[in-house]
Amino acid sequence: MDGWTLTSVALGGALGGMGRLFVSRWAASAWGSRFPWGTMLVNLLGALVIGLLASLLETGSTLALMLLTGVMGGFTTVSSFSLQTLDLLREGRLMAAIANVGVTLIVGLSAVAAGWMLGSLIDGLLLGREALP
Amino acid sequence: MRIRREVAWLYLAVGMGSALGAVCRLSVGMMVAGLVASPFPWATLLVNVLGSWLIARFATHAGLSGSRRLARLHPWAVAGFCGGFTTFSLFSLEVAELVIAGRPGLALAYLTVSVPLWLGAAWAGDARARSVLARRTAAVGAKRGED
Repeated sequence: MDGWTLTSVALGGALGGMGRLFVSRWAASAWGSRFPWGTMLVNLLGALVIGLLASLLETGSTLALMLLTGVMGGFTTVSSFSLQTLDLLREGRLMAAIANVGVTLIVGLSAVAAGWMLGSLIDGLLLGREALP
Repeated sequence: MRIRREVAWLYLAVGMGSALGAVCRLSVGMMVAGLVASPFPWATLLVNVLGSWLIARFATHAGLSGSRRLARLHPWAVAGFCGGFTTFSLFSLEVAELVIAGRPGLALAYLTVSVPLWLGAAWAGDARARSVLARRTAAVGAKRGED
């Protein structure tokens, strides 16, 4: 692992983590903290954006590493999702726990597919324009 | 001003923890890639399970012990390190990529094993923190009894 790779992933991870803090603080102030809205929101947004970026960026490039592994990897989280789901279960809020897992997975996977298709569409439009005489 | 400075420290702590978490995730990825050549995303599964264990191990211990030192470390360790170490976006991208690569069975297997393992790891981390604290309390109690 060279220094440039390390720096870009660290910098991306820092930006992503701070972005996640910003969104979860905003979500908690807007919708309260009885349900983990913030974590759900960052994970759904992150899935949409990573799908979009993955279809546009060249795999293995430094930019892809910084934005996908660094920024989007750091922006989204599984650890908080697991801990918060466990907390909901421990409080006896079974339906809230099921909704948290179900919505995150179903909407998250749909979001990554939607992002990917949107990216392919943009890519196709740009390529189409380039092909014009 | 005081509140603003506290918020700035919070962002700094989370940013630094998350940077380290992301670099550790990258290192695990490279290590796993050197050990197993498989289309199954072992590296992401591993970081997400480890991170879920670690966050519960730390958060439960910090919460129940009431330690001020752990409370100060909390943003750096929980929202920072564990948050940056684990990732939902790469997980969802890998599921989609397995489907696109014509491996829907593998995608379904990845999806099905991931969630119970994440939640099970958080449960185990929480249980571990509780048992360590209970043993410590019992030891202190026994020591008091001796005195």
